[in-house]
Amino acid sequence: MIDESLRTELSKQGIFTLKLEELYNWSRKNSVWPLQFGLACCAIEMIATSMARYDLARFGAEVFRPSPRQADLMIVAGTVTKKMAPQVIRLYNQMPEPKYVIAMGACAISGGPFKQGYNVLKGIDRYIPVDVHIPGCPPRPEALLHAFMTLQKKIEEQSLTSEQRPRHLHADAPSEFPIPQYGAHDLEPPNNPDVWQPPVVTRTE
Amino acid sequence: MPPDNDPYLVILVLMIAAVLFALAPLALAWIWSKKFSPQKPGPDKNAIYECGLESKGDAWIPFKAEYYLYAIIFLIFDVETIFLLPFAVSFTGLSADAFISMIVFVFLLVLGLAWAWQKGVLTWK
Repeated sequence: MIDESLRTELSKQGIFTLKLEELYNWSRKNSVWPLQFGLACCAIEMIATSMARYDLARFGAEVFRPSPRQADLMIVAGTVTKKMAPQVIRLYNQMPEPKYVIAMGACAISGGPFKQGYNVLKGIDRYIPVDVHIPGCPPRPEALLHAFMTLQKKIEEQSLTSEQRPRHLHADAPSEFPIPQYGAHDLEPPNNPDVWQPPVVTRTE
Repeated sequence: MPPDNDPYLVILVLMIAAVLFALAPLALAWIWSKKFSPQKPGPDKNAIYECGLESKGDAWIPFKAEYYLYAIIFLIFDVETIFLLPFAVSFTGLSADAFISMIVFVFLLVLGLAWAWQKGVLTWK
């Protein structure tokens, strides 16, 4: 292991030293390919982000893949209805590891304006692990870019070997998440308890 | 290397280097994936269809042969139209020989159509 002071001393001389892990993460964070998949109006903003004006290509993420087999990132852009949720989760299951999720917009993170409705899922994080949440209705392309940079920071800091290494590097951690079934009134189960638990409200007098 | 060596030796060396150059990245990627990318197959991940929906039934279904016959008959009459157009354009200036041979040509095709019709090819089952 290289000494940190030696490292800064070397970088002052224009010699950069880095670990294999850092090189790996650096190349990984600059080639995140999103899944080409939009659900509602947020998808329009996602499309705008990928076009010339906002230019997601600057982050190496312009290659929107139409197949989950080739995608690294799922941008859940829009309202997830309860009818659509199993399909979204199945797509997530079909993506290869390592995979990341950005929940884009009020609907994807919480149900948004439809939260009180009967047919909209109150946040996709009830079923799959979400890495970055973006509020907004819809969030502007700058917000998606910011989420993207946040995700890049997260990828950069992921360790390969330590005990805190991400989920996909644990051989026994699941890669597939259970897909809910259509029930009489709601999806069955209403959330994946391994991923999300309803908050417990305790009132104190 | 002394000059009295086999001149083809250098080609052999280059060939080995070329093969190593091609194989080394593949081998490194393989070793890396063994160590840092545990395989996690599952029923969803191994599914054939990849649009989020569950596939129903088998992909190996017999395709209807009727359509093939239908398409062949269409093709024959499609090509026939190419002959009919110059026939119609030069109709007034035609000799009796040419007229008769054209009528025979059309008649043979119509005979084929009548046969196919009678066999029930034109009704979609």
